[in-house]
Amino acid sequence: MNWSSHQVLEKSSVLLLIGILITVAIGGIVEIAPLYWLSSTIEKVQGMRPYTPLELAGRDIYIREGCYVCHSQMIRSLRDEVERYGHYSLAAESMYDHPFQWGSKRTGPDLARVGGKYSDEWHAVHLKNPRAIVPESIMPGYPHLARTLLDYRDIADRLRTSRAVGVPYTDEMIENAKADLERQLDPAAEGVKDFLARYPKAQVRQFDDDPSTISELDAVIAYLQMLGTLVDFAKFDAAGPNLR
Amino acid sequence: MPWLWHRRALYSQRLVEWHFWISTLGILLYITSMWVSGILQGLMWRAYNAQGFLEYSFVETVEAMHPFYVIRATGGLLFVLGALIMVYNVWRTIRGDEPVDAAEQPRIAAAPELRPVPAE
Repeated sequence: MNWSSHQVLEKSSVLLLIGILITVAIGGIVEIAPLYWLSSTIEKVQGMRPYTPLELAGRDIYIREGCYVCHSQMIRSLRDEVERYGHYSLAAESMYDHPFQWGSKRTGPDLARVGGKYSDEWHAVHLKNPRAIVPESIMPGYPHLARTLLDYRDIADRLRTSRAVGVPYTDEMIENAKADLERQLDPAAEGVKDFLARYPKAQVRQFDDDPSTISELDAVIAYLQMLGTLVDFAKFDAAGPNLR
Repeated sequence: MPWLWHRRALYSQRLVEWHFWISTLGILLYITSMWVSGILQGLMWRAYNAQGFLEYSFVETVEAMHPFYVIRATGGLLFVLGALIMVYNVWRTIRGDEPVDAAEQPRIAAAPELRPVPAE
């Protein structure tokens, strides 16, 4: 090989740029092209639905407070992770997440299936002062969540934004967004039945320890209690069409 | 720095050495503690006891990380300390203070127009 011929590329930035583009394009085609021959990259599951307005508001606070920096939401298909956290995470379970919350670091435990694992009271106390429940915990306290009223004046717009990036919110859901958020905290409210028809499996109750207000703590606990509970694993077939 | 600010040399070569060795020691402590604790954490997460149950709760793995976080904090502090020494050295150089050990610095360190002419 005559290396001096390579100098032509090295000495001309335009030729070098074209060469780089060709090289990167080959890598891109190898990575991306197969996706067009797979029937689907997302499993067919039953039970996934868009977040309720209250859960969505809680998720926004989860992101605002940077919870994802220490908590992943991605259970790998390893024996110890499945035993510790539950069924391994499916792509379908984060298909309505924009952005997804898989995370890359577990300073704290994985939260992909934290829903239903602890009581609402546990979460309320733990979020205000983690060491009140887990003495060795190094998680910071978030007492301000309980003191801050949830600002949900723009909740319908947040649903619309999600719809713009592909989450199947219906016109009915967007119209009722604000009322639905309040309904989820009050089982006796009017229209709870319609709310549950729109959002199957939604949990309707007072989430934090102060029923007089709608606080950010309400929204965060509603979000946490829903995490990982939507997919019906009794009906999930890991083989069949989902086997890749 | 001498090239940019037209100085004969850095303010102090000895401070450069101090910066280098303190920061190297700091970053080594940082890297090795995180390296070892990462392996420890991974092994603890997947450890089983004789009955076939998971050996450790998550918070036990958090507790086991504690000494390594202390080592990391020490390493990080050393690294910052080294950087502060550099800032001081650069500041004295920019201010134009007389270099304390110009003779010990390589000839190329000086700004080209102020370079000492080598004795023939």
